[in-house]
Amino acid sequence: MGLVLVGLSHHVAPVELRERVALDPERAGALAAALGEGRAEAVCLSTCNRTELYVAAEDAIGAESRAVEALRELAAEAAAELGAVVYRLHDEAAALHLFRVAAGLDSMVPGEGEILGQVRSAFEVGSTGPVLDRLFRQALHVGKKVRSETAIAESPASVSSAAAALAQQVFGALDGREVLLIGAGKTGELAARSLASRGARIAAVASRTPERARAVAERFGAQAITLDEVSRQLATVDVLVSATGAPGLVVSAGQVAGALARRRGRPLFAIDIAVPRDLDPAIHDLEGCYLYDIDDLEAVVAESLSGRRREATRAETLALEEAERFREWRSSREVVPAIASLRARAEEIRRSELARADARLERLTDNERRAVESVTAQIVAKLLHLPTVRVKQAAATPAGAVYVDALEHLFGLGEEER
Amino acid sequence: MAELLFWPAFLAYSEAVLAYAGNVRTPGLAGRLATWGVRLGWLAQTGLLAVQAVRADGFPWSTWAGSLNLFVWLVVTAYLIWGCRPRYRLLGLAVMPLAAALLLTSRLGGGTSVGGRPRYSDLFLALHVGLVLAAFAGFTLAAGLAALYLWQERGLKRRRASVLRVRAPALATLETLTGRTIAVALPALTLGIVVGLVRLREEGGGLDALMVVTLLTWLVYGAYLLLRYELGWRGRRTAYLALVGFLLVITVRLGLPLTHFS
Repeated sequence: MGLVLVGLSHHVAPVELRERVALDPERAGALAAALGEGRAEAVCLSTCNRTELYVAAEDAIGAESRAVEALRELAAEAAAELGAVVYRLHDEAAALHLFRVAAGLDSMVPGEGEILGQVRSAFEVGSTGPVLDRLFRQALHVGKKVRSETAIAESPASVSSAAAALAQQVFGALDGREVLLIGAGKTGELAARSLASRGARIAAVASRTPERARAVAERFGAQAITLDEVSRQLATVDVLVSATGAPGLVVSAGQVAGALARRRGRPLFAIDIAVPRDLDPAIHDLEGCYLYDIDDLEAVVAESLSGRRREATRAETLALEEAERFREWRSSREVVPAIASLRARAEEIRRSELARADARLERLTDNERRAVESVTAQIVAKLLHLPTVRVKQAAATPAGAVYVDALEHLFGLGEEER
Repeated sequence: MAELLFWPAFLAYSEAVLAYAGNVRTPGLAGRLATWGVRLGWLAQTGLLAVQAVRADGFPWSTWAGSLNLFVWLVVTAYLIWGCRPRYRLLGLAVMPLAAALLLTSRLGGGTSVGGRPRYSDLFLALHVGLVLAAFAGFTLAAGLAALYLWQERGLKRRRASVLRVRAPALATLETLTGRTIAVALPALTLGIVVGLVRLREEGGGLDALMVVTLLTWLVYGAYLLLRYELGWRGRRTAYLALVGFLLVITVRLGLPLTHFS
């Protein structure tokens, strides 16, 4: 059974084309069912960066044509553009590609975690059989392994996640930590959301326009306050996020210094993602206060991404090892029919010989007959054990087919059917 | 037998040191190898101490080098309780070189062999030496935590772009653990000192310089707890105070041969 991958991704196709062939889970399931008709298997993986159709079929060439045709139908009037961007991979190359995708090595941000869930969802709605079931389970295993054995997914890949990771470096778990958000714009909200997703509580939202403060505060279940009330809040919050459009400083070092006595040594982590800056840089010089502006956060992200790329080299090795394991598994599957025939032939001979000797065994008691059955079965099993193991091992090597042929020739397997 | 067990312990601790260093460059397998080095080394050293205890005539670690052997074991035990977690592997890089070096020093001083009959009663030695050494082991670990805190804090203050690259515990966690370790170790030191003072009174002796430094150590750590838990001191100031206390611990350890074993 051949394995085929037909697809396009952000590496080669523009977003205008990718969005045309994108599939929601329901349509991905329907297409997989259509491509998997007969004895074929199919899984459609569709994310914002790629649409890939994995098909396993006896007729690999036919399966590939059907998959390309399916993409053409999805692209509709843009079908002509597909020719230059669609890639087609076969067998081990297709498996390696999926393992790299699951590991996040094919993503824009190396090691990003979302892709693993998307691979799982595609697998769940796919029309799978033994080949794709094994392939996708192994891909999920590779994805988890890469993330646990390398540090590829540990460091933040965006300014807001860097801010949250730095806050965790100060406080540990953010559960119950209180955040004051100054500014009701999108950027600040994004940073606050990133902190909230890690357990922090957005305690208050301050803005020059009370209505906007109230709207954002409502979304977080926080208290809306005015900028004049910020000083009071500084004594209690753990994290300060500021992202206003104000032309000058919004919080001075003096304000924070004034709050320090009431903080009883508790650290304050301040994030200033506004340009021009909102928070007095001198805040960073105060004991227990850490202020990171947009440049600092971007430097952390850049370093983190270069770290991810370094880890990607190790992850590539893991993906290659798994691809090799998949190749071995597929090769060993090819000898299964020959082994099954050999065992069937041996069992048939054993039974027919026992039947021929039936008259001579008549005098035996039931227990003795069972013993003879058992002993003959054991002899057959033991005789076939080593050849079975050896031929499975050989199947994983380039000479595997020769061994299968030899086995069939020596034992005359399949001859009676001819 | 005791001497034979020294080598596996020393080699395993040394392997842990190298693996911890490797873990800073490439986290993962090296870190796990380091953890196993610590565990196996600790098992070997536990065996070494057990053999010493069985074969000795009286309290087996009454010499300076012997007490150093016990001290190393206590430090590694305290570290093993929670230090083997991936985030604390940097602490291992501070603790394990010290443990390996002190274990070697102990051997060179004869502390890993079976000693002779000690001068003092076994009960006194077990209580006084045991408690003081347990407290010192705690203070050593607290100093490692405080040093890690200062290193980590410096990275955040300098806004090092690579501050997230090395996995390390959060500042708040390090500070809490330092405080708790000292809070557990100080009562042990207090009891150890009381036992020592009772014996001193019975024998009618006076305080020597080392005893004064030990009392000073007690005062520094007492002040640490007071300032941290009552007056709300946090951060660098308390970390430095923990390190000052550790300097006094080192002074006591180094001064012992001059006053108690001369």
